[in-house]
Amino acid sequence: MNKISLIIRREYITRVRKKSFIIMTLLTPLLFALIFIVPALVMSSEDKDFKKIAVIEDNSDLFTNVIPDTKDTGFEYLAGVRLDDIKNNFTEMGYYGVLYISPQIITTPNAIQLISRKQPPIGLLDHISGSLEKEIEKQKLLAYNIENLDEILKTINTSVRIQTIKIDDAGGVTETSTGISMALAYLSGFLMYMLVFMFGSMVMRGVIEEKTSRIVEVIVSSVKPVQLMLGKIIGVALVGLTQFSIWILLTLAIITVVRTSVLPAGTMEQIQQLPQSFAGDNPLPAGTETTAISADQITEFQSMFANAMNQPWGLIIFCFIFYFITGYLLYASLFAAIGSAVDNETETQQFMLPVTIPIILGLIVAMGTMQNPESSLSFWFSIIPLTSPIVMVARIPFDVPAWEIALSMALMIVTIAGCIWMAAKIYRTGILMYGKKTSYKELWKWLTYKG
Amino acid sequence: MTLFEAQNVTKRFATQTALDGVSISVPEQSIYGLLGPNGAGKTTLIRIINQITAPDTGSLFLSGRPLKPADVHNIGYLPEERGLYKKMKVGEQALYLAQLKGLSHAEAMRRLKYWFKKLEITGWWDKKVEELSKGMQQKVQFVTTVLHEPKLLIFDEPFTGFDPINVKQIKEEILFLRERGATIIFSTHNMSSVEELCDNITLINKANTILEGSVEKIRNDWAANEYDIVFAGEVTPSGNGHFSVMSSAFDDGKSAVRIRAAESGDTNEIIRAMTTAGRVVSFNPSLPSMNEIFIRVVEKKNKEAAKN
Repeated sequence: MNKISLIIRREYITRVRKKSFIIMTLLTPLLFALIFIVPALVMSSEDKDFKKIAVIEDNSDLFTNVIPDTKDTGFEYLAGVRLDDIKNNFTEMGYYGVLYISPQIITTPNAIQLISRKQPPIGLLDHISGSLEKEIEKQKLLAYNIENLDEILKTINTSVRIQTIKIDDAGGVTETSTGISMALAYLSGFLMYMLVFMFGSMVMRGVIEEKTSRIVEVIVSSVKPVQLMLGKIIGVALVGLTQFSIWILLTLAIITVVRTSVLPAGTMEQIQQLPQSFAGDNPLPAGTETTAISADQITEFQSMFANAMNQPWGLIIFCFIFYFITGYLLYASLFAAIGSAVDNETETQQFMLPVTIPIILGLIVAMGTMQNPESSLSFWFSIIPLTSPIVMVARIPFDVPAWEIALSMALMIVTIAGCIWMAAKIYRTGILMYGKKTSYKELWKWLTYKG
Repeated sequence: MTLFEAQNVTKRFATQTALDGVSISVPEQSIYGLLGPNGAGKTTLIRIINQITAPDTGSLFLSGRPLKPADVHNIGYLPEERGLYKKMKVGEQALYLAQLKGLSHAEAMRRLKYWFKKLEITGWWDKKVEELSKGMQQKVQFVTTVLHEPKLLIFDEPFTGFDPINVKQIKEEILFLRERGATIIFSTHNMSSVEELCDNITLINKANTILEGSVEKIRNDWAANEYDIVFAGEVTPSGNGHFSVMSSAFDDGKSAVRIRAAESGDTNEIIRAMTTAGRVVSFNPSLPSMNEIFIRVVEKKNKEAAKN
């Protein structure tokens, strides 16, 4: 036992002290944080680049002033100007582009052209087509000569948003968000895939390093091969847990710092004010809508935040850690066996395939799980140990029956025991074999050697 | 007294027999040569002694007791296929390997300081292994092998990669270790070092022992009753009933002559004939080198095997 702890210590310390480890550990949270922060920054800096668009209609004024200006785009109606006059010099005139509406618009939908030097953003196109569609609908309705049409149109202007509410057996009600469950499932599944692969192959490289540097024979004259293998697997696991914890802490820290310093100063206060105003069912305080983020957005953000808190976090974290450790142990032992059977990293290809297929299959099914978490495919793949770490963590945010989790976990533990036993047998023989290209037949023989 | 004994050790792998009933008996405080062509089974035997692999049949004894797992602390092993962690610092690595052999941190530190000073490698302590030359790495490996002062030391080709000065230094250290009570099993293809160092040898060929005994006795057994004589000036003695001349060469003012004594030859008569032939500078019985014996024995065995 004492020797294993010596091995674990060496594996841990040499890896944690590496420059590449330190750089990876510090840079990855920056990347994570960027994923969260960039969209926020984009949202708060939208109005920087104001576009002016010239609108031209051939011989009609049907759509004059129909398209409203937005924060970053203005529409100017040029009466009496023909397309050919402006087509080639709109940039010099200060326009971003020219919107040409032909008189046939009501009958042919393709009668609109937006001419610009750059690819226009999708939001702008949506805005234009949305406004025009509405106007055309209105024109068509007008043709029916309905009285008070304007009033009617105002009252039927509707927007639908579905609120999802989960009811448990006891009748308790929680507001949930499928979007957040999906995001969580995606994140956990993908993270699991990445971590298992990354640290599993770290073990493999370690084994190959020991084998090619020929230190392994010196070491196995002091300790049993299985001790060396387990020491390495556990040492790397600790490296993984260390790195993972630092990532989470740093990511949270960076997001907190950036959110308080970069986002508009008023935003946070508004978000904090909202719960009270909603609780009292009061109308929003006057003037709120003039600030950078509209009340609508804040409401959305607020309910998203509340929904996120409604996720079963305890279970999610517990399961993630359980499946990370067990999934890692499973694959790391297989990777260790592969490392022992080859002479260098290029030779690993032939044995990697059967190991990587279940991981990748797991990832694919996990992604499908988000569409349909109750499918039998998701069920089976979250029970079968080789894929369960990835698929199960992706299912957890969608409420998995306890017995399924228990079954999956139990199978996982049994399989790990079997895998480590098998890997130890291959490892023991493999690390002392040099110069021969190993075949599957050979591996099978090693499994059956005794002593 | 016998320190280590292997009795009737057999080990079979799927397609071949690596050892077929091999026995060795290593006297305490001696250097025992384990010789044989490539692939004869030496490495397998050494791995069995180190308990890296287990024999199919046969028994092993250390100091008269059956070998047990805890005995790894009583054995030091310098494998032929050896290396160190390239990215690790020399001192750190030596400490790690010493602790794996059961030494405490403080004790390992104390002994490492002694050995690093003795082999003049103190300055390398904080260097990474990959910065060292091959010979330098070998020295570090030598230190880590002997550091826990095991009763039994196993050196597999310990001199490869060393320059002559370091070879001499390591030879002296091996002899010094024997003086201090260690027993050494020494495997090599370098036959001159066998003559120089080994007290006893076993020659293994194709999984079987084909020759064993003390080096002195083996060389005398294989001697063909030949003598080397060096004369001053150009001298060519002519053979008589007591001896025949095998070869003669004149170079640099001296003649080197090899003669073979007849079955009934009298050494006194031969010496007399020599002294009358010219001025004798030296007269030595010509013992075959271990190299010759090795080649002759193995080739003879292989011919026999080819016949059957």
